[in-house]
Amino acid sequence: MAAAYRKYPLMFNFAFAMSILPKLAAASVTTLYVTFSSFFLALVVGIPLALLRRAKWPIVPRATTLIVDFVRGTPILVQLFFLYFAMPGIGIRLSPIATGLITFSLHYGCYMSEVYRAGLEAVARGQWDACVALSISRIDTYRSIILPQAIQPIIPAAGNYLVHMFKETPLLASISVTEMMFVSAEIGADTFRYLEPITVCGLLFLMMSLGASGLIRLTEKLYGRRWRRIWG
Amino acid sequence: MNVLVEASWVILSGTMISLRVFAFSFLFAAALAVPLGILRQSRNVFVRNAALIWVEFFRGISTVVQLFWLYFALPFFGISLTAQTAAVIGLGLVHGAYGSEVVRGAMQSISRDQWEAATALGFSRRTTLFSIILPQAFVVMLPPLGNSLVMLLKGTSIASVITVPELTFQSTLIATRTLAVVPVFTCVLFIYYAIAMAVTAAVRMLEHQFSRWRPHTASIR
Repeated sequence: MAAAYRKYPLMFNFAFAMSILPKLAAASVTTLYVTFSSFFLALVVGIPLALLRRAKWPIVPRATTLIVDFVRGTPILVQLFFLYFAMPGIGIRLSPIATGLITFSLHYGCYMSEVYRAGLEAVARGQWDACVALSISRIDTYRSIILPQAIQPIIPAAGNYLVHMFKETPLLASISVTEMMFVSAEIGADTFRYLEPITVCGLLFLMMSLGASGLIRLTEKLYGRRWRRIWG
Repeated sequence: MNVLVEASWVILSGTMISLRVFAFSFLFAAALAVPLGILRQSRNVFVRNAALIWVEFFRGISTVVQLFWLYFALPFFGISLTAQTAAVIGLGLVHGAYGSEVVRGAMQSISRDQWEAATALGFSRRTTLFSIILPQAFVVMLPPLGNSLVMLLKGTSIASVITVPELTFQSTLIATRTLAVVPVFTCVLFIYYAIAMAVTAAVRMLEHQFSRWRPHTASIR
């Protein structure tokens, strides 16, 4: 690779860019793995948080709101460093990738709890009253009346966070997770050519996030149609 | 705790640099967001699509990658930026693209009647846009502006990956050198949170100031 640099010292070198593509493609697997697993975990983490905010005892929702706001108001990079450097101190030794998964799922779990809350609150108050009037049990109310109606606004918001999360995975390079950005910087350091690896990395990100946005729009359309048929 | 007292100057200077990056990139982002938001609604197909491509391009690439590109790849084209300039430009480009969506949404929320009334009164398109639509849209923009500002503030921490000596960068240095990880990062998290709260409060105050000019949007009628 260093030879390629000496041969074509200036400007964008397509041959070199093509030669590093397999390495970056391999690293994109890590990126996608982190994105999707932490998104799934965030979806799960958000549920108890959203429910705690609806708890009857007034201190619980207030405390939960405070924590959620704090996590949402501080940079994920600092949270990442906090966990990465502090956890060994209390005897927890995790791989960088596990630390990344935990940070991302907690951070975005807080965002998801807001999304769930907004979705639940978007359901008209009358639906709850009607369920009480018809003496439908609380579980059945959630399962067959509230949740199906709450899901529709949740999908686009959750999808946006998925894309956001994907675009924030390069932060993991700073705790030495070998994802795309880390590998590009490594290639740059080895060959003294930063232009091609970073450009290719950026283009891969662009392609994937545009693809994801398209998929989300499609899901939204499919779900929208399905629920409209039932409720409208 | 001693560590924090000893490192307080470093933390303070980091905070100042963070705030500076925040302020400059906000100005740059706002300067991009407003024209982009307007161009997205141009009657000219080419202008409209060019603005769309610009926005999708800068929103689609990760901020980290863009900062890396500006700092490490741009010198290959003979343009060397300092780390702080690269951070300001990168953050401005990304958040300008995000912000243009806010501007567009706000403008579209202004009732169609305003355009029609202005046309009926013989205002030119430009006058209508700048004296009637934008002032009303500004008030609608304020609530999402608070969110965008907090997002940008959190984004400034990314500048640390291209060695801008801002708060996050300094905190990792202090933490790894003194091993006082928990106090240092807790302090830094609270500093970021305090700034975020201050920014949110300021925007809310603005909202309150301008609330009487809140336009009658289509949804209200």
